[in-house]
Amino acid sequence: MARMTMIEAIRSAIDVSMERDDSVVVFGEDVGYFGGVFRCTQGLQQKYGKTRCFDAPINESGIVGTAIGMAAYGLKPCIEIQFADYMYPAYDQLTQEAARLRYRSNGEFTCGMVVRMPTGGGIFGGQTHSQSPEALFTHVCGLQVVVPSNPYDAKGLLISSIENPDPVIFLEPKRLYNGPFDGHHDRPVTSWAGHPLGEVPSEHYSVPLGKAVVRREGSAVTILAYGTMVHVAEATAEETGIDAEIIDLRTLMPLDLETIVESVRKTGRCMVVHEATLTSGFGAELAALVQEHCFYHLEAPVVRIAGWDTPYPHAQEWDYFPGPVRVGQALRDMMEA
Amino acid sequence: MTDDMKFGLPGKLSLHVPEPEVRPGGKPDFSNVTIPKAGSVRRPEVDVDPETIRDLAFSIIRVLNREGEAVGPWAGTLTNEELMEGLRHMMLLRTFDSRMLMAQRQGKTSFYMQHLGEEAVSCAFRKALQPGDMNFPTYRQAGLLIAGGYPMVEMMNQIYSNDADPLKGRQLPIMYSAKDYGFFTISGNLATQYVQAVGWAMASAIKNDTKIAAGWIGDGSTAESDFHSALVFASTYRAPVILNVVNNQWAISTFQGVARGGSGTFAARGLGYGLPSLRVDGNDYLAVHAVAKWAAERARRNIGPTLIEYVTYRVGAHSTSDDPSAYRPKEESEAWPLGDPVIRLKNHLIRVGAWSEERHKQMEAEIRDTVVAAQKEAERHGTLHSGGRPSMRDMFEGVYAEMPPHLKRQRQQAGV
Repeated sequence: MARMTMIEAIRSAIDVSMERDDSVVVFGEDVGYFGGVFRCTQGLQQKYGKTRCFDAPINESGIVGTAIGMAAYGLKPCIEIQFADYMYPAYDQLTQEAARLRYRSNGEFTCGMVVRMPTGGGIFGGQTHSQSPEALFTHVCGLQVVVPSNPYDAKGLLISSIENPDPVIFLEPKRLYNGPFDGHHDRPVTSWAGHPLGEVPSEHYSVPLGKAVVRREGSAVTILAYGTMVHVAEATAEETGIDAEIIDLRTLMPLDLETIVESVRKTGRCMVVHEATLTSGFGAELAALVQEHCFYHLEAPVVRIAGWDTPYPHAQEWDYFPGPVRVGQALRDMMEA
Repeated sequence: MTDDMKFGLPGKLSLHVPEPEVRPGGKPDFSNVTIPKAGSVRRPEVDVDPETIRDLAFSIIRVLNREGEAVGPWAGTLTNEELMEGLRHMMLLRTFDSRMLMAQRQGKTSFYMQHLGEEAVSCAFRKALQPGDMNFPTYRQAGLLIAGGYPMVEMMNQIYSNDADPLKGRQLPIMYSAKDYGFFTISGNLATQYVQAVGWAMASAIKNDTKIAAGWIGDGSTAESDFHSALVFASTYRAPVILNVVNNQWAISTFQGVARGGSGTFAARGLGYGLPSLRVDGNDYLAVHAVAKWAAERARRNIGPTLIEYVTYRVGAHSTSDDPSAYRPKEESEAWPLGDPVIRLKNHLIRVGAWSEERHKQMEAEIRDTVVAAQKEAERHGTLHSGGRPSMRDMFEGVYAEMPPHLKRQRQQAGV
């Protein structure tokens, strides 16, 4: 066991994967010599050489498009889009090509690759360094979507993603890169040093895709969360004293419906929280599924707490981000319902 | 100075919207297409400095002259036997096209796209590749399959979406996929495959392999951003890829000037990326093969990528859903100065004494029989609306390597 930040855990996952399998290649903007603007690929070019880890032109559809060609050849590209906010030029390649190669060629060509993207807000990133576009990927059949919330999962899920035979969108909450964040922006920044999930094995291990985990057992209400909002939910449960069961989804597609249904049937209440905007967000899918599968166990309507339906603002960061105050109030209201 | 280049007084702007020379009812006019004499364009060494051959992006490499003779430095890459095989491939493709067009009109399938007039491009190119190389084609390079020996019945099964369809009825007709024949799965989204070809070639280079890739795109699709992406990546990483632009003058109803503006040629696009860029007579089987071979050798020797513009003409309608008489003169293809690729190769072979009108007629009949026999065999497996069809279960398979729980639930709901 070693102590790692999420950045170090991600780097370790790539390192371990490159070591084990020489078909794993890593590229993206500034990921080579410089080691990435978030240091996630630091030292990899030095260790594995320029043809395994290299810098790419500033061209997202080119990065994803060439990676698809490489995957069709048989390599396993683990590529980076510098910010999830900048994936849009590659959206055609991701949704019409990567997602469909296996289906449309009846398995002749496949696309085992990972597209890493720093995601989420809470960092004064403004409109184009804060977005959470996961719903734009979960709506696309053929893609898998992963959002880790801590270093241990980040490494294990990334290794699983690299070894997965289909394309994985790997969204890394950049607010969690250096430490857990519960939304209390007025308190001192914490690091992963004191957190149990900052303990990460140095060697190869994996966390399976498609499996959620219960972060906090409770009986009053089920909170469905992923990424940064897992920590917000945990803080809210402590602060309100409401005995919430908190599920960290970890993988949005495929979704671990079983764990969700089991919990909601037990608690009778369900709240979904995510940073992404509300309307047509992934929370709508979760709410619909819970309603469909737990209707007779529900004692209150499913509640969604999400980012407002506006572009992500700069100055109003904390009015926008669904922090513990907003989630806590909604939780109290819900318990009275 | 042409009319649309007259400038007005300062102060009032006007938008320039390019128009083709002629519209329906007008007399076809290709007087603006400069056609160099066959044999007149030099053949540089494959390791030439691209800077020194910029003129080749503005000329047209041609081998066959008006008399059907093969002339100049690009001649001689194929034997007469190989050329007769090439003639057969082009005729097979043309016959295949006409039968499938008819099948669509008969309601046996929903859709088809012909290659009429462009047969030399894909058929001759294919013969410059080696086993293991990979093409990333558009929907108008089925000659790669035919010249590569892919069974015609399989193509028809795909077009009919029948129970022997290799793609299980999931794909629109003609969106073939044939990995073992170096033919990447076709996508409906234009230009996407161009940059994927570069990535495949980069992978081959990363693995120190010997295989090369070829990307394909039409004149209209060069306006897509992935065209630019492909050229940047190919140039940056010197990928072993051949980047083909098939300029057939038309993108559905839009003439090539809308994709290109007045700025030189499509080959000239490559120059800004530092790529050696050649322009070739796309209706000259010998010239296409010679240029493809040159580019393949460059790629194989790790010298780098090449851009090739094939100058040709889309004689047929864009697709079975298109009527070209609505936007261009009916007789335009007859006025096309580079002629018909099949007739030109036939005349060459007759000229050199390797072929005759009789043998040609014989081959036409034999090809017709071959295609009809294949069609009968394919139709035994069903057509789109009658006979065997892929199972409903197949619809749910292959979205992922392993079927996720939600798809299993949906398959169950569908009752399969």
